Amino acid sequence: MGNAWVSPKRLKEFGMLGMNCRNVDFINRYNARKLFPLVDNKLKTKLLAQEYDVPTPALKFVVREQHEISHIERELADLETFALKPAKGSGGKGILVITGRKGDQFVRSSGALMDIADIRRHMSNILAGLYSLGGSADVAIIEDLIAFDDCFAGYSYEGVPDIRIIVFRGYPVMAMLRLATAASDGKANLHQGAVGVGLALDSGRCLNAAQFGRPIKLHPDTGRPLRDIKIEGWRDILLLASQCFDMTGLGYIGTDIVLDKKLGPQLLELNARPGLAIQITNGRGLLPRLRHIENMTVNRRFRTEHRVDYVMRQFAELDPAAQSAE
Amino acid sequence: MNQKRTFFTILILMALSGILIAVLRHMATGTPFLPGQEQSVWLVEARVDFEADGGPVTANLSLPDAQMPGFEVFEEQAASPGYGFAIMTDGGNRRAEWTKREAEGPQSLYYSAQLVETGPDSTGSADAPGEGEQHLDYWEAAQELAAKEVLDRAREKSSSPESLTRELVKLLNSPGSQNTALLSSSTSNQAELLMRLLDRAEIATRFVMGLYLEDARRRQTLTPMVEIYTGEKWLLVNPETGEFGVPPNLLLWHRGGVSVLDVTGGNKSRVHFSMIRQTVPALQLAQVKNSESVFSRLGVQRLPIEEQSMFKLLLLLPLGAAVVVFMRVIIGLKTSGTFMPVLIALAFLQTSLVAGLISFVLVVAAGLALRSYLSRLNLLLVSRIATLIVLVIFMISAFSIIGYQLGFSTGMTITFFPMIIIAWTIERMSILWEEDGPSEVVRQGGGSLLVAVFAYLLMMTPIFVHLTFNFPELNLVLLASILAMGQYTGYKLSELRRFRAMDDL
Repeated sequence: MGNAWVSPKRLKEFGMLGMNCRNVDFINRYNARKLFPLVDNKLKTKLLAQEYDVPTPALKFVVREQHEISHIERELADLETFALKPAKGSGGKGILVITGRKGDQFVRSSGALMDIADIRRHMSNILAGLYSLGGSADVAIIEDLIAFDDCFAGYSYEGVPDIRIIVFRGYPVMAMLRLATAASDGKANLHQGAVGVGLALDSGRCLNAAQFGRPIKLHPDTGRPLRDIKIEGWRDILLLASQCFDMTGLGYIGTDIVLDKKLGPQLLELNARPGLAIQITNGRGLLPRLRHIENMTVNRRFRTEHRVDYVMRQFAELDPAAQSAE
Repeated sequence: MNQKRTFFTILILMALSGILIAVLRHMATGTPFLPGQEQSVWLVEARVDFEADGGPVTANLSLPDAQMPGFEVFEEQAASPGYGFAIMTDGGNRRAEWTKREAEGPQSLYYSAQLVETGPDSTGSADAPGEGEQHLDYWEAAQELAAKEVLDRAREKSSSPESLTRELVKLLNSPGSQNTALLSSSTSNQAELLMRLLDRAEIATRFVMGLYLEDARRRQTLTPMVEIYTGEKWLLVNPETGEFGVPPNLLLWHRGGVSVLDVTGGNKSRVHFSMIRQTVPALQLAQVKNSESVFSRLGVQRLPIEEQSMFKLLLLLPLGAAVVVFMRVIIGLKTSGTFMPVLIALAFLQTSLVAGLISFVLVVAAGLALRSYLSRLNLLLVSRIATLIVLVIFMISAFSIIGYQLGFSTGMTITFFPMIIIAWTIERMSILWEEDGPSEVVRQGGGSLLVAVFAYLLMMTPIFVHLTFNFPELNLVLLASILAMGQYTGYKLSELRRFRAMDDL
């Protein structure tokens, strides 16, 4: 317990994917540069998802020019709840979630109140490129707010729990649930202190959990044991993730999926450079699975269902708890 | 796999060819691989300005001899568009002549020479004084009388031409004497006065114009000097101080009674000089001087001196870039802005490390404080960055002035920092602060500085400076190593720590 370092030999035994290997062997090789805008721009992702019939929170409208901001209250008048996002934002930056109204004011997910001037300033910042990579000009997206499924009650502090699934050549290879904490300020970003819960690919149940790169057993804020987590409708979630490959053509992506109370799994966003911390939360490395898929004499025309069923069989966990549950 | 093998074969070939070219250059030009004994080379540029009258123009400038005490000319050029140019030797004097059929308005003519220091020369030229060394001049009777008295007093205290000259200078410099005041009023030039006096003592003299060489000086003028003949050899005297011998940094530009600059067909003619100093290995210099091989032609040393100093920095950049790649790919350090550390390291080369570090941290810290106020103003991104650039320039000026007032001349060197990069760094760090907290700012800022310091230490190591500048082809080796690191798929050092939890599972 508590080693300060781990030897490269041990990491190799675990099949851990390192940053350099991810960049050279997977992102550079399987993600064509020209496809990146499809995922780096949330608006494009959303339009593409609608085209391919992939469920995603409905787009209300887009703010493209500064002058549209001056009369934005008319557009917002009939929206009780909504999410305001920069199209090119990364890492959840610049996302504003409005959960209700209080007179003239808007209630944020944190409970803080904002008036229309604050919303205008936020939009103006988005358009100026404050949240986009390299500060390039951006557009603001206003979309439906997701009604979160209650299955995570007590597991997430304030923010939105989401499911990150790594999809390699259309095959889901690893999954985790990200839970916001007080330390992460309601954001589901692991490096900001969110809890990552590794999920078994066959069942969607908890394998392991980690915060700040260290294993944990209980949610740090609510104290609920994390190993009781099991996601319902797991196969549908994997199907949704797998579809994202057909949709974008990107060979190595991270899909972020949220569960809506009524609409089921919804695609929130895609990431062409998904992080590596998912391996810690799963307690195993990505590399053996990636190499397995890579070396398969794959039929690229394999249907989504086949791919999902294949990984649910192939990467099934030999966890005794999981077996007894079946 | 096969592709990978080809790639690495090409890399190895690239590195080997770099080394091979370096070895060939070493054998062809004799440039040593190690920074050895270095010798000073001066680039001296004379600029002649005058107003042409509209007719034919002839400008005639005295040039230094190919062999002078302490220096040797090994290359000279003239750059003057539209002018015919020739170097002539006229009675032992070398002179440059520019000619043009028609010229009007202000004209500038350039002559530049590269001079090697040959070490102090104490022998002096031994040729006997000829006819031209007698100077005709006329003094009024009162002045003649004063001159005679001064000479008599000097003669009493002296035994040789040298000591007589020394005593004369002493007397001329002593204030309050009526005789010397009377003599000084006859001519504005102490060298001329000394020569007239020595003429009357029947000591042969020559008029000399010297140029004091100081690094990176512009608009210098010639200093009048006197040479006396001691009976065996000519000896230079500084007419102001009475010191004998050629000072090590004095270049004898002109000798004899003819004027330094003659312009016919123009007026308001002036000549002034600028100079830069460079050091190059002695051995290489010897080779370059007489070698016409491909290597010496393709060397950076063939460029004008100003460009060379720029290349000296440019050719160090690949080293800095390689350090950044190594630190990010192999070590896994986080830096703010990919190549910002290299630019900071380049600035450190100018400022020295400690002064550079202190001033950089000061500027960025002050910038972050100002930026936190700016974020409340709700500005558009572009104008916010522009505001930051202006503020950074204000801060840097303020630090320079305060530093100067406190007596730190290093305060001035702060201006070497790339302002726009600093403004962007402040902006990025400030966003980082808001989103990820101060610890991340310290981590990335510290990472950047660490990489910058490391790159700086390598880039100032004499052997690397020497190798990159004299063997630019060795950068191929660096390029190959950068490309090889670009294919590295192993773990970063930082990942051995990041994934440490794997051992506990």
